[in-house]
Amino acid sequence: MMLHLSYFIAGWIFLWGLYGIVTSKNLVHQVVCLAVLQTSTYVLLLTVGYKVGGTAPVFADIPVGTPVVDPLVQALMLTDIVVEATVAALLLSMVVKSNELANTVDPEELRILTG
Amino acid sequence: MSSRARTTLFLVAAAGLAVILVLGLIDLPPMGDYRGPYGYVVTQVAVYERHATDVVNAINYDYRAFDTLGEEFILFASVVGVLLLFRPSPNQQGEQEQQKGGDLEDDEESLPVSDALRVSTQVIMGVMIVFGVYIATHGQLTPGGGFQGGVILASTPILIYLAGDVRAFEKITSSPLVKLAECGGAGGYGVIGIIALLAGTHFLTNYLPLGTTGDLFSSGTIAVISVVVGLEVTGGFVQLTQVYLREIVESQLKREE
Repeated sequence: MMLHLSYFIAGWIFLWGLYGIVTSKNLVHQVVCLAVLQTSTYVLLLTVGYKVGGTAPVFADIPVGTPVVDPLVQALMLTDIVVEATVAALLLSMVVKSNELANTVDPEELRILTG
Repeated sequence: MSSRARTTLFLVAAAGLAVILVLGLIDLPPMGDYRGPYGYVVTQVAVYERHATDVVNAINYDYRAFDTLGEEFILFASVVGVLLLFRPSPNQQGEQEQQKGGDLEDDEESLPVSDALRVSTQVIMGVMIVFGVYIATHGQLTPGGGFQGGVILASTPILIYLAGDVRAFEKITSSPLVKLAECGGAGGYGVIGIIALLAGTHFLTNYLPLGTTGDLFSSGTIAVISVVVGLEVTGGFVQLTQVYLREIVESQLKREE
């Protein structure tokens, strides 16, 4: 059970992020909640790739064959971190536009569609 | 739906999801008990096959280079989307400027920047640029690569802005070189892949000489793609800071005149 703790932490962060998105009263807050939700994938990926006694998968100063953690999940994660930052920037620019055009950042009040 | 009803519905659904997650996760191999073959195989062969000591980047820019191409274009599309949303529209501009001019001059005094911040920024800036270039160009050897180095490089204009040198910030971020770096970086990645096609092999094959393991000029296309991605990330993030700060910077520049 304890060895599965970090899987549950990933699920825990995911559900709290989702809770924030559902109950949010402010679009900026909602974007931040999405970022929180996304960090749960990092915890999950690190857990999947971790190996007891494994070191970083960089063989600059250690011989090939030394036990290392799975480099694949790290490769997935590092691109995701940078991409997530720009996607957050895109979402936040939509929030700015929503404030300019509809004069509100409350998702509840964004009900009117105008051409 | 009222917000109370929605929250209740969410809590019920989330409780169900939590139960399913626990049931599903409990049977996974426990943390630290790594079983997948892929990690074992790739860490054994990557250094010999690709002469790159950082296996993470060997995967990113070679074994799964096609995947990274997609990720890079998500980044590109996001930046283009932000630029598109913040483009100045001709009919809004005049009225906004009138508003802004009145508001800002009354409310916002430009804050004084301390000498300590200005001097230390000038000292750190050089170090940051060198460090960013180092990280972006040594991705094949040590942890780092284009994504990380690009973000470090792109944070230098923000530092200049924080140190109060708005004019220099504007000059750097509105330079056509920024757009060239972004588009050239995104396009360059594709071009590197297409050259492989023209040479008669598969898309994004590592066709450059691999060099000696541990040298700066080793690992073939991995190093080149890393630099190209670094250019794109730098250009993209610098443009993001520019459009987000544009209105403030413009009004500050106007006040200085």
